[in-house]
Amino acid sequence: MGKTFSRPEALSDNHTHYCPGCTHGIAHRLVAEVIDELGVRGRTVGIAPVGCAVMAYNYFSCDFQEAAHGRAPAMATGMKRVRPDLMVFTYQGDGDLASIGMGEIIHAANRGEKFTTIFINNAIYGMTGGQMAPTTMPGQRATTAPVGRNVEETGMPIRMCELLSSLATPAYIARQALLRPKYVNKAKKAILQAFQYQMEHKCFSFVELINTCPTNWGMTPLNALKWAEDTLIPYYPLGEFKRPE
Amino acid sequence: MAKVLMKGNEAIGEAAIKAGCLNYFAYPITPQSEVAEYLVKRMPEVNGVFVQGESEVAVGYMIFGAAACGERVFTTSSSPGVSLMSEAISYIAGARCPAVFVNIVRGGPGLGGILPSQGDYFQATKGGGHGDYRMLVMAPDGVQEAVEMTMMAFVLAEKYRGPVMILGDGMIGQMMEPVEFPDNLYVPPTNKDEWATNGMDRRGSTSKNIVKSLYLDPKVLNQHNLTLKAQYERMKKEEVRFEAYNTDGDYQALIVSYGTMSRVCKTAIDNLKSQGIEIGMIRPKTLFPFPEKAIHDAATKESCKKVVSIEMNMGQMIEDVERSLKGKREVTWFGQCGGDIYTPEEVAEHVISLI
Repeated sequence: MGKTFSRPEALSDNHTHYCPGCTHGIAHRLVAEVIDELGVRGRTVGIAPVGCAVMAYNYFSCDFQEAAHGRAPAMATGMKRVRPDLMVFTYQGDGDLASIGMGEIIHAANRGEKFTTIFINNAIYGMTGGQMAPTTMPGQRATTAPVGRNVEETGMPIRMCELLSSLATPAYIARQALLRPKYVNKAKKAILQAFQYQMEHKCFSFVELINTCPTNWGMTPLNALKWAEDTLIPYYPLGEFKRPE
Repeated sequence: MAKVLMKGNEAIGEAAIKAGCLNYFAYPITPQSEVAEYLVKRMPEVNGVFVQGESEVAVGYMIFGAAACGERVFTTSSSPGVSLMSEAISYIAGARCPAVFVNIVRGGPGLGGILPSQGDYFQATKGGGHGDYRMLVMAPDGVQEAVEMTMMAFVLAEKYRGPVMILGDGMIGQMMEPVEFPDNLYVPPTNKDEWATNGMDRRGSTSKNIVKSLYLDPKVLNQHNLTLKAQYERMKKEEVRFEAYNTDGDYQALIVSYGTMSRVCKTAIDNLKSQGIEIGMIRPKTLFPFPEKAIHDAATKESCKKVVSIEMNMGQMIEDVERSLKGKREVTWFGQCGGDIYTPEEVAEHVISLI
């Protein structure tokens, strides 16, 4: 019997530092599989954010840059403009992209920059230890919202796919989740589609992935999956929001 | 090449192209927006890149991303914009990427004004961003030198793998002077395969390159900073540039001045000379590394009794002059920073009042 499952070439064999039950590992693997399938590892450059994935460069086996907090889309713009032949992806969390980096992502998307953004939404700041994010749900507890997010003071969670889809510039915008095998397969398809649009120099491409953060949610991994399904998915609906055609 | 009459801002843009830098990212700000207006027309002619970013914050990182790919890249801005870019400059220094920043300085703090100033001396030479980094800073005294220093900046940025700044001012950006673009200042880009994220295929390699500034292990971070420090120490040995003006004979006082202000001081020195009064001047061309020895030696000459730092600010370079003199001469400050520039007569009058 031949080998049926192996590590993608674009993924390194380093152990990740991610917490048990975190879905970053799945997201990394899907991106790596897509890079392998498209055969573009030798001309791919990833950009790590500031957040849990700050050391993503240790887990991929392609060139990588490390951005300042929220600035990955500006760096990707610089790269794609001077080297349009490179395949460039940013990998950003919700604090990085939807809070401090809101300006950079909106304008990169609006210019129609030909790179791909993988947006990891786990509704909390992970690396700094569970503070409230722009994506934190109403009533959800965080270290800076100890009795739950008060939307009277902090507003409602930001839906990035919907926000970016409102721009008139053509783009590929999709949201998927990494909570069940069925979702994971759809997430893989969305990432592949996003990279393909980049390969064709077609448009900006953006895939949001609903992740779990059992550590900072204070849940077991299984409960985290269930909570995400029950609480996040209804507010952050899955699917394709925009296609360039 | 024949001389042409050009505005400083446009000449700086052309100088970058002549230096082989075909990538420009910028955000509009007075008094340097003419660079962008010039390059938006010129870059397509040379198959280059022009991008107007959404903010100086973003532009700083566009520069970082492009520089990390190993391409020559530059931006121009003015004081408030450079404050916003200073975060990126720190990251670029930490990640060891060559990039060129031009600051056409205007008055501050805050929005300040739009007229010429040298108020960003501290920001440029002492680190506007966070952390232990230094930046090679060159200060042109006119359009010709702005051209030459811009061309040299790309070479020096690659030599030291870090950010280099041209510190001009609104006068240098806005005035027109005859300039020529010296062919001999073009140097082909260095090979950056060892570190740049230019894609493994491009460099025919099977191992990845990572451009980063994060080092969580204290020993590794310390070693990284020692590596950076070694570059700065090398700059101090190899890159100190200055002009000594009227320092051959015996002079009663020494002026230390740079940029636009030094041009005025030269006229004052010439006028005083015709009246039989000898005044010398050291004009730093590099503000970091600073010409400490030249200033020390010129100031401690037997005939020289007074040293004055003449600046278009409230007294910033004077601290480096004091440091250079090691207590052997007292140095005073003469300057203003609202945007008016002292006339040669005002400089001469002040110098005479000292001696």
